[in-house]
Amino acid sequence: MSSLERSDVARLAALARIDMTDADLDRLSGQLAVIVDAVAKVAEVAGEDVPATSHPIPMANIHREDVVRPSLAQDDALAAAPEAEDGRFRVPQILGEEA
Amino acid sequence: MNDWTRATAAQMADALAAGEVTSVELVQAHLDRIAAVDGPVHAFLHIDAEGALETARAVDADRAAGVELPRLAGVPIGIKDVLVTKGLPTTAGSRILEGWIPPYDATVTRRVREARMPILGKTNMDEFAMGSSTEHSGYGPTRNPWDLDRIPGGSGGGSAAALAAFEAPLTIGSDTGGSIRQPASVTATVGVKPTYGGVSRFGAIALASSLDQLGPCGRTVLDTALLHEVMGGHDEMDATSLDEPVPAVVDAALEGARQDLTGVKIGVVRELSGADGGYQAGVTQRFEESLSRLREMGAAIVEVSCPSFEYALAAYYVILPSEASSNLAKFDSVRFGKRVEKSTIEKTMLATRAEGFGDEVKRRIILGTYALSAGYYDAYYGSAQKVRTLVQRDFDAAFAQCDVLVSPTTPTTPFKIGERIDDPLAMYLNDIATIPANLAGIPGMSLPSGVAPEDGLPVGFQILAPAHEDARLYRIGAALEASLTAEWGGPLSAQAPELEVAE
Repeated sequence: MSSLERSDVARLAALARIDMTDADLDRLSGQLAVIVDAVAKVAEVAGEDVPATSHPIPMANIHREDVVRPSLAQDDALAAAPEAEDGRFRVPQILGEEA
Repeated sequence: MNDWTRATAAQMADALAAGEVTSVELVQAHLDRIAAVDGPVHAFLHIDAEGALETARAVDADRAAGVELPRLAGVPIGIKDVLVTKGLPTTAGSRILEGWIPPYDATVTRRVREARMPILGKTNMDEFAMGSSTEHSGYGPTRNPWDLDRIPGGSGGGSAAALAAFEAPLTIGSDTGGSIRQPASVTATVGVKPTYGGVSRFGAIALASSLDQLGPCGRTVLDTALLHEVMGGHDEMDATSLDEPVPAVVDAALEGARQDLTGVKIGVVRELSGADGGYQAGVTQRFEESLSRLREMGAAIVEVSCPSFEYALAAYYVILPSEASSNLAKFDSVRFGKRVEKSTIEKTMLATRAEGFGDEVKRRIILGTYALSAGYYDAYYGSAQKVRTLVQRDFDAAFAQCDVLVSPTTPTTPFKIGERIDDPLAMYLNDIATIPANLAGIPGMSLPSGVAPEDGLPVGFQILAPAHEDARLYRIGAALEASLTAEWGGPLSAQAPELEVAE
């Protein structure tokens, strides 16, 4: 496993929808490379014969009867939205100018 | 009593029941204390004076009318800002949620309200609970009441500092890798991470869903047990909630206080005990002294080894960022929280998340995005999940030999604010002894074991028990606490230096 490069961080930030300035990349890239190198040691002991654990306590899916129950009123659900219109969340245009 | 803020929650509950004090008086005393000291301590992000007094007045009226009330009715509490509270601002310490008023209550918030406990306010925390110092709060750090230049631990530094500064007798925390226990350790308070699933997480803003657990914080083991029983229990709104009764932790605390540990086997985990160096001398000294006390009370002390713990920290810092990067995708500027408006939704999201998240959150989201990406998933996330299995096997083997495991909670006493802020790896090492419990889902407690002779700052003692056996923490913890407070002439929290009081 190779260490994380500055260009990798820029790509990952775009995937995670976080704008990064050059100064951000300068500051975070070095720290992230150190962390990635440190956590890579997990692969040292992870043999083929060891099963993975996703949850600490064994659990099964749970079900309930398919009946309508009280839930948030539409106004309450929209109350904290940055912008709402006609009972819906309003967002800026979803396609870029060049589309 | 002259100053009710110095009383334990159990004493307050008894005095309320006996008519020696009213809930309004208790709430007002704590609001006055907050006004006097919270400027520099900054344990609270939001104070709800009117709401707390309103609850108090209703409790006092019901009590006067002879209505039967829950044990902690009228005893004030602070709630970590990670829990949603209907009508009260909730930010999880992040600027991206600044000003958000949740439209519903978390299950634990609802249980606190049903227990008729006045909610003083919301306590400060590292942003989205990512941190060990509360320096990563978007609203400025909390300071340790023992030394205002030092960190109060994290992520629940606000909940711990509020207790240590006598601003609240009880608070709620959340523990993903030690965020209840490490702050308790460095502030001379008590904190418990219950068994995974023991407390509902419905309405808790998620960090890492396979690790997160809410838990009680107090100044004594009994107080913490009383709150544990309010919080715990099955909840159909949380699919990971355990469908079993809350462990009898109050009874266990009362039994432990009798200081008889005959027949109890206590394991010292070699990998967490500082035997290989790296622990502060005073931390090791207080730990050894506590072991002697447990032995004097009849417990047998054995050494156990958990070799996979060497890999626990690395596994944790793969699993946590991976799950966090997914959980934090919901902060997208659409349904709630901040929006930095740009020409398209994608540019709006990029700008909103850039401005709304702090550096530590950005680091972990990027780390998680990397660990989950194609080509790296098996090497990182897959391997970390295997380490998790190995850690669980180590715990299983250790608990086959003893009833509980113990260690110092943290390798050092609280460090200075700013000292580790630019070195994420050094910061992560604070949690070396607390993380294994989260990986395995087992319960853990930190309680005070004294102050380190070299700096006069608090040292915490950690107890770990098998899953579902939370009561054992309280029995052993209460026994040690009773033995130590008998020598100190009262709880260690009483020895904290007096804070300067604002006029």
